[in-house]
Amino acid sequence: MKFRAKIIDVGCLNHFTRVVNTISKLTKTCILRLTPNNLYFVLSGKVASGGVGMWCELSQANFFDEYQLEGVAPDANEICLEVTPENLSRALRTSQNAKCVKIKLTKKHCPCLTLVAELPTLSSVSRVVTHDIPVDVIPRRLWHDFKEPRMPDFDVSIYLPPLKTMKNVVDRMKNLSNFLVMEANLNGEMNLKIETDLVSVTTHFKDLGNPPWGDDGSQGRSRSRDPEVMAHTRVDIRKLQQFLMGQQVNPSKAMCNIVHKRIIHLILLHEDVSLQYFIPAVA
Amino acid sequence: MDCVVTGGNVKVLAKAIHSLSRIGDELYLEPQEDGLALRSVNSSRSAYACFLFSPLFFSRYTIPLGHAFRCKMAIKCVQAVFRSLSSLEKTVEKCHIELDGEKSRLTFTLHCKHGLLKTHNLSFQDSESLQAVFDKESCANMLRAQPRLLVDTVLHFPPSLEEVSVSVSGERVWFRNHVDDEAEQSKAMLTELCLSSDEFDHFAVGAQTSITFCLKELRGLLVFAESTGLPVSMYFDESGSPVVLSVTDSVLEVNFVLATLSDDSNLCNHNNNTKRARSPPPPDDFMTDDIDSYLIAMETSELAGPSDALAPRSPSPNHTLTTPPSVAMRRLERGEEEEEEDTEDTERPPNKKFRSLFFGSVCPSDSQLTNQTIKSQEVLASDSEDDTQASLP
Repeated sequence: MKFRAKIIDVGCLNHFTRVVNTISKLTKTCILRLTPNNLYFVLSGKVASGGVGMWCELSQANFFDEYQLEGVAPDANEICLEVTPENLSRALRTSQNAKCVKIKLTKKHCPCLTLVAELPTLSSVSRVVTHDIPVDVIPRRLWHDFKEPRMPDFDVSIYLPPLKTMKNVVDRMKNLSNFLVMEANLNGEMNLKIETDLVSVTTHFKDLGNPPWGDDGSQGRSRSRDPEVMAHTRVDIRKLQQFLMGQQVNPSKAMCNIVHKRIIHLILLHEDVSLQYFIPAVA
Repeated sequence: MDCVVTGGNVKVLAKAIHSLSRIGDELYLEPQEDGLALRSVNSSRSAYACFLFSPLFFSRYTIPLGHAFRCKMAIKCVQAVFRSLSSLEKTVEKCHIELDGEKSRLTFTLHCKHGLLKTHNLSFQDSESLQAVFDKESCANMLRAQPRLLVDTVLHFPPSLEEVSVSVSGERVWFRNHVDDEAEQSKAMLTELCLSSDEFDHFAVGAQTSITFCLKELRGLLVFAESTGLPVSMYFDESGSPVVLSVTDSVLEVNFVLATLSDDSNLCNHNNNTKRARSPPPPDDFMTDDIDSYLIAMETSELAGPSDALAPRSPSPNHTLTTPPSVAMRRLERGEEEEEEDTEDTERPPNKKFRSLFFGSVCPSDSQLTNQTIKSQEVLASDSEDDTQASLP
């Protein structure tokens, strides 16, 4: 198993750092899958993470100037690691002006992702910062847990309002209730609702637009659907808030698929990064 | 005592006090012939700082004649006088410090713009002299760097990091985070910064050495050094000996003396140095006579009774100045009694053993004698494992 990668371009470094920062705000630990073409930060929707699932896909060529991978076996050319993204974030944070950043898989006192940054100095010799981030190697037999999640059979798919606006609304709603209902229809309308014994609050969004999924996806279900009818799901408000808090960059596309009373599937697309986030329904 | 600080120096004084507040809870103030000394020490006696302002720093400097005056005050009270640094700069024209012997009060009067006078009357306690014994010049290793370099270095470590290890060899210096907890070692992220000797104003290294000390106190000094722009010098020997960090200019001398860890086996994490076998746990020597005479040496000041900071022990009437005991005092962790810690840890070697700094008593009357005392009593340098009163090199 071997992994070495190098980032030289400052813009790429900044972008990669922002992605890692976002991931670090979403979860304490996650799986990092390294394949010849992509990197994935994965959280499988298990009970341990409160049923929340995350799938973040980066195309390696858009970030790294050099990228060498030798997976666990010739027929399984990938590496699967459990990491704490906060550590990676911390290591990258102070290396933003580095001439070059190398990331490699090493074995120190335990398997580590070692990040080496060469920092510019006035003298002829660079300053070198080395961070050894302990990781756990995930054995092949567990890899099936971390496959790309299937697109759920959604009832409604809708573009999200500006994330900042959503975050402001959800932040205030969180003070009033622990649960939030998200509902949307095929007419581009979305409501965020909370309801307690004392008060109920609804925020209405209109003219959001619905993504045209075309023939793939679950058109069957939504094609014959009355555009006025709302599909709704009730979720733990903190999970939605956590998702919104972590976003550092405005995505080029942001949408949400709702499976009635089952799950909210949030999709953010940036130029070279895609992030999917699954929040399960609560009773 | 009557001193006046004017103009920009008021801010320097304020920064010094804020810096001292990072060390301990009490400010020890002593007007000496060679200047006003402001000192502080932490509760475990593993960190000491002294700011010596020469008489030239002041626009007026008169010290009490006759008996020497020393006092200590709660540092938070003094900080309150110099609360907002930015407004100090803009509004305070001068600061007048006056001793009111009758009422045991130190009066700080800030003369501000528009004729505004802010007067703070702070009560003080008489205290013994607080003076750590150290000799920078005899240290084997010395580094001097612009404060910016050190500030940039510690930036790579999280604010929560407690201890940092510094290793030197011929041409390089390594700063590493120190992980002391056994349980954490396998899971902790390790950060290492390597600097070349080029980046230092002065780089004199004897043998390859490694020391570990508290980062928080270093940060306290760096905040001060960065604001003055003066280079920081670092003097150290091998692990176990205190490290001295100094900032000097014509009117000011700052010394931070920090104890270093004497157990190096934790550095095995980093593959750089050759691994050293764990030494067997030293015999528990806490309650030996050495401690008693060591502590007694602190109390020889003519002025004061026992200080609050010292743990009460039954003092014997014999004062000794000449044979400093070589004692390793374990830092009190989480308020645990020293005895309890010993019995629990007999299984494994102590994983944290900061040597306490040696504080010599200083005869108050003669400053010359002070210098002699310092020269003859050198920094703790002997091995902690050896229980006997080792003689110093």
